[in-house]
Amino acid sequence: MNEKYIARSEKVAWRLLDGEMIIMSALDSTLFNLNTVATVIWQAADGRTPLSEIVRGLICEEFDVDPDVAYRDAEAFVNELASHRILMMSDKPVARSGDPDKP
Amino acid sequence: MSLMERLNHKALRLGVPLSVHLDVTYRCNERCEHCYLEHDDHGEMTTSEIRSLLGQLEQSGVFFLAVSGGEPLVRRDCFEILEVARSLGFNVKLKTNAILIKEREARKLWSLGVEQVQISVYSDRPEVHDAITKVPGSLLRTMAAIRFLKGQGLKVTVANVLMKSNFQDSAGVRALAAELGAQFTLDPTITPMLDGDRSPLRLRIAANEVRSLFRDSNLVGDVDAFCAPPPPVDDETRGGFPCSAGHTACYISPYGDVYPCVQFPLPCGNVRKESFLNIWKNSSQLREVRSIRGKDLPTCSSCAHLGTCTRCPGLAYMEGNMRGPSSADCEKSFLRTGIFTAGMLARGVVPSANAHDLVQIDQRQTLHPA
Repeated sequence: MNEKYIARSEKVAWRLLDGEMIIMSALDSTLFNLNTVATVIWQAADGRTPLSEIVRGLICEEFDVDPDVAYRDAEAFVNELASHRILMMSDKPVARSGDPDKP
Repeated sequence: MSLMERLNHKALRLGVPLSVHLDVTYRCNERCEHCYLEHDDHGEMTTSEIRSLLGQLEQSGVFFLAVSGGEPLVRRDCFEILEVARSLGFNVKLKTNAILIKEREARKLWSLGVEQVQISVYSDRPEVHDAITKVPGSLLRTMAAIRFLKGQGLKVTVANVLMKSNFQDSAGVRALAAELGAQFTLDPTITPMLDGDRSPLRLRIAANEVRSLFRDSNLVGDVDAFCAPPPPVDDETRGGFPCSAGHTACYISPYGDVYPCVQFPLPCGNVRKESFLNIWKNSSQLREVRSIRGKDLPTCSSCAHLGTCTRCPGLAYMEGNMRGPSSADCEKSFLRTGIFTAGMLARGVVPSANAHDLVQIDQRQTLHPA
């Protein structure tokens, strides 16, 4: 399995509101509301941590879920966000000009 | 319910100030004839104070941040402020006249991830626009800036404030916005100055012109639905509040004063003296604003328009009573539907089928207060 690295786009705004992440893309003004699990993935998307590690270390640790199912769901989620260009996805660590997030 | 509506409901339930309008300066490089501000600097917040404030706003849950002025870009540290705001995750909307924006500035705004730039355009004719801004060449510079911004891929909204002097140019501005690839918004609301001076109201468009706007399907969509008589007022409407001011939104002046809204100059505290969150949670003024429901409005609670009126509590406050009617919004409700409002009847405005007669009566009352 190729590793996937994910990083938050620099063209989004975000705010954690009552445990759920609100995201708005500056590219097309689309608003997203992430549930608790998706919020954990979003917060961990630093471009350096492989998705598999995020799922294993954060999702499976925090939520009682089968690792294979969790990874498949996480992969579908990041693909979806990447299609909206609010996450960048790569098979190598993603270099960013800065890390503005403070999860 | 849309995601945005759900977000607003959630913020309301949690008591979160979802939106803040921050004026970073009242200084300006234009001198628009309708402006509600006095442009001298009486001690703006420093860069460091604004940095601290932005951190407090982030901690308070603010998501939408409108950075405006005056002209925000006359501050040398404006881009630094925007950079800090973006690094804290705010959705940033910049409101500007844009005459200081060249290609370099447009590129910077794009790289910072500013979501939207709102730019005032008064006319597609330089002689009209420049006469309002009192800056020769300002329309050409503003249009050049819009092209730079659109060239970078930024979302630009052309805001067309309507007055007597530019009413006839509205269609031209709309066409210009379309040509430039910008969105278009139109606002016929002219407000008194923040210090209470009501002289800008003389520039308001006439009632028959407002009425024609309300019957322009390009602006309002389904005219029949938009101008339909209001539905019966129900208990939910009577128990509701008029707008987001003080509930999920507020305004902060360049001097750190907190108000419920830029159009609602009720001082609620100053961030130089206490934390923003303390003001937001504990200000007696904000608590009072939040306590007011439709049923608490002495005149408007009995009005047929209660559920559909755009009644602005700030304009009502500037007329002397935040629980009272806003005469400008009474007029709009009447001109939209042809049905008189409780506020107009209480003021003794004689029912007349002629909207122009109405506005003459009202102008005597509102433009030249005793």
